[in-house]
Amino acid sequence: MTTLLDRPATAAASRPPAQRPAARRARLVRLSFWVPAVLYLAVFFGYPIAANVVMSFQDYTVTSFYRGGAPFNGVANYAHVLGDDLFSGTLWNTVVFTVASLVFQFAIGLGLAVFFRRHFPLSGVLRALLLLPWLLPLLVSGTVFRWLLDQDYGVVNQVLMNLHLISDPVPWLVSPDYAMTAVVLANVWIGIPFNMVILYGGLQSIPPQLYEAASLDGAGAWHKFRHVTWPLLRPTTSVVLMLGLIYTIKAFDVVMVLTQGGPAGATQLLSTWSYQLSFTELHFGQGAAVGNVLIVIATLCALVYLRAVRAEQSENER
Amino acid sequence: MSAPAPSSGAPAVRRWATTVLALVIVAVFLFPLYWMLNASVQPAQALLSIPPKWIPTDPTLDGYRAAFDTQGRHLLISLFVACGVVVLTLLLATPLAWALARFRLRYAATLMFVLLIVQMLPGIVKANSLFTLYSHLGLLNNTIGLMFAQSTLAVPFAAVLLRSQLCDIPPEIIEAAALDGAGTWRTFLRIVVPLSRNGLITAGLFAFLFSWADFLFAISLTSRDAVTPVTVGIYRFIGANATDWNALMASAVLASVPAAILLIVAQRYIAVGITGGSVKD
Repeated sequence: MTTLLDRPATAAASRPPAQRPAARRARLVRLSFWVPAVLYLAVFFGYPIAANVVMSFQDYTVTSFYRGGAPFNGVANYAHVLGDDLFSGTLWNTVVFTVASLVFQFAIGLGLAVFFRRHFPLSGVLRALLLLPWLLPLLVSGTVFRWLLDQDYGVVNQVLMNLHLISDPVPWLVSPDYAMTAVVLANVWIGIPFNMVILYGGLQSIPPQLYEAASLDGAGAWHKFRHVTWPLLRPTTSVVLMLGLIYTIKAFDVVMVLTQGGPAGATQLLSTWSYQLSFTELHFGQGAAVGNVLIVIATLCALVYLRAVRAEQSENER
Repeated sequence: MSAPAPSSGAPAVRRWATTVLALVIVAVFLFPLYWMLNASVQPAQALLSIPPKWIPTDPTLDGYRAAFDTQGRHLLISLFVACGVVVLTLLLATPLAWALARFRLRYAATLMFVLLIVQMLPGIVKANSLFTLYSHLGLLNNTIGLMFAQSTLAVPFAAVLLRSQLCDIPPEIIEAAALDGAGTWRTFLRIVVPLSRNGLITAGLFAFLFSWADFLFAISLTSRDAVTPVTVGIYRFIGANATDWNALMASAVLASVPAAILLIVAQRYIAVGITGGSVKD
């Protein structure tokens, strides 16, 4: 406390007056490092959040763009959106899409991470190749899946028919019964590398002595996984699942290119619905309202994620 | 399978057997990409044959010709915008990362929290409100406007990634520079930036990939063909020529080229980036 009070006084007293402008200059120089980025954050993150909240209470349509103002209409946008028959279906689709994607991405990613942990020739190169689907533009992956899942000429139907698993081609993208499976399939394929890389990193941090000790105790492969790998991987698991959740909840590109949210709204997610309301139907206020619902969900997930990261860090420090 | 192997010739055989299994896994997993390449070099009629042609026996470059004709301009726009995003991201994020790493800012912890949380903001929300902002500013259908919008994915990511790397620079080096009379910016440009080359490459790489892959901002903030990046070019192409799979797959291959090159050239930076920008504190 005393040092805090003393320091500025003694500094001011001992400092010759000529140094004052220099100190001020040094402070300005330091400001020049972070002020541009903070202004940028304010314009490109602060503004959109604020504007989206304001817009969601306005009747913002195409005419607002030339007139320059939009009349406030209270909670009409929210009432319209939440009262829409599409809302519960879209929310449910978002939940199904997210949970199914996460479960399969994680399970397959973990399987691959465990497999590639073994040392064998070419393991590094092959592991790197598995990253490719993650690096491609989502729109490209979606386009490829459109071709794979084509009802008449798609190779998926051809193979399934040759294996006699199906007798007629499945209308993957044009039937409401199958469209969700199709978009989840594509999204799982895209998400596997991300899960694999992070889980592989988590596996690397498990000390090999633990496996040696387990071997000496006569543990088999399953017991080692169950009693060494799984518990020690838990912090990584929670991080990868939360990040996956946050990314999947706002997924947009894959669904747009595969089904545009159709057929009959079967794959409509909150993100694609918000886009459709704003940019197809030009009801920007309603699009903003759906966007805000999405922000609330994403923020809740983000807060849980940050808590998970903190928990992991404090566990590491212990 | 992971039982300890005897130390004779058996482990080598077993290791190669594992390699074969791994090759099969990779082949199955990457089959969609093979199928894209396969379709891109087959004549359009051959793609509509049943059973499908597993190997292009009668290859053609027609698809690539058509792809260059329709997507060439879009590819150049994507390249231009992505390079702009890289420059913009590094210019904004690197000094910020240095300030966060060394300046003992009063609000550093808050700022880090903000940088993490804004990465989770749904893109559609930004697209929605930037559309209205840009329509007032005349930035719709403008590549500079697109660069700024797309950099919103990369700037917080790069700042978090770079901060953790810049924290590793030994303070003695910086103090030595200060004793030699170098100012803050001079120290930063002459010493910090060269020392953090790897981090800058990783951040720049991801800024490029984010921009190159962006679809949401491109489709909502551009409507004129002359300023449309390749993702939107392909999307519109599907709408217009849904049956010309040969040209469509050739376009998809061309749009994948940067990712493939980066995977080969910069593999080690990619692994750092995937785990670095959003996971670390």
